[in-house]
Amino acid sequence: MSRRDAVAALLRDRRDLLVVCGLGSPAYDAHAAGDHDCNFYLWGAMGGAAMIGLGLAQAQPDRRVLVLTGDGEQLMGLGGLVTIAVAKPKNLTVVVIDNGHYGETGMQRSATGLGLDLAAIGSAAGFSDAREVGDLAGVTALAQTMHSPANGPRLYVLKVRAENEPRSLPPRDAVYLKNRFRAALGIGLA
Amino acid sequence: MPSESRNKPPVVAFNAPTWPAELHRILKAADVRQMSYVPDAGHAALIEFFHADPDVTCNVLTTEEEGVAIAAGAWLGGQRSVLLMQSSGVGNCINMLSLPVMLRAPLLMLVTMRGEWAEFNPWQVPMSAATEASLKAIGVRVMRADTPDDLCEITASAAALAFDGEQQVAVLMSQRLIGRKKW
Repeated sequence: MSRRDAVAALLRDRRDLLVVCGLGSPAYDAHAAGDHDCNFYLWGAMGGAAMIGLGLAQAQPDRRVLVLTGDGEQLMGLGGLVTIAVAKPKNLTVVVIDNGHYGETGMQRSATGLGLDLAAIGSAAGFSDAREVGDLAGVTALAQTMHSPANGPRLYVLKVRAENEPRSLPPRDAVYLKNRFRAALGIGLA
Repeated sequence: MPSESRNKPPVVAFNAPTWPAELHRILKAADVRQMSYVPDAGHAALIEFFHADPDVTCNVLTTEEEGVAIAAGAWLGGQRSVLLMQSSGVGNCINMLSLPVMLRAPLLMLVTMRGEWAEFNPWQVPMSAATEASLKAIGVRVMRADTPDDLCEITASAAALAFDGEQQVAVLMSQRLIGRKKW
């Protein structure tokens, strides 16, 4: 399926979802679906997206947190899936937009492009739900379940085509992104 | 946090150092609500105090840089964290430290030093020697404590600098303070 269609379907009815976007294409996909103060876009810290999501989910237990990242970024933070699984947050969902390649550096194949089953790793680690989703109907169903209570963290691996979409570039100013995110949460400037 | 991981408060042996309990008190007074760590023997007592604390969420990490990112996420959500690690773990954190530096977000790291005082294990020496320089190179403020009284006073000031001054601060706890590792 198309990554842009998948992310648009995921975020269409986002309600009060807090979204952390891993660097590269997932950040552009989220931005293309509609910029939002509750989107925190990364342009670095590769491997850290899901961990940022964990810290945020633990700080805001009454809010639903989505980490939207790519296969390359999540592979760099593979141990973080373990850390999330043992922390057992009930309000955190990790969605990996998996095109099997590193899109920013020339479309070199990643481990998932070489056969790795990331959903199986999540399942073995102890995510309460961990599976691959391959079509838009599945993504639309998934988008609804993100808002319902869970027994623990969830991991979904969305299989998308390896294509470079037109760039939709989010802001790069981390201080601006931090301040608007915290303001949206009602956290005052220090 | 799952209830089964809530431990009883640590039983402190007679003659055991009192600074771990004091550090826990200082960090709670600074409204720290999250603690992440890769364990180190020098941090063992403080880790236990935090695990026994119902107001603090503890995360055991697979690698230290996860804690840097967790702390940034917590700050986005309005919460304060402390990160505990050994000097060898600092090396694992360098690129991830660009995150709080870019965000201009607080970071408080307590680092137990190896490789510098009666060190048995030569593998600890290179990263120990590089710890202060590599933290400074990425933009983290470095403070050092050589005695228990210094450690408590410095940690309180580091917490204020981090959370009120919005700086990234590492407190290096001398190996001499922690004591010679017993094998």
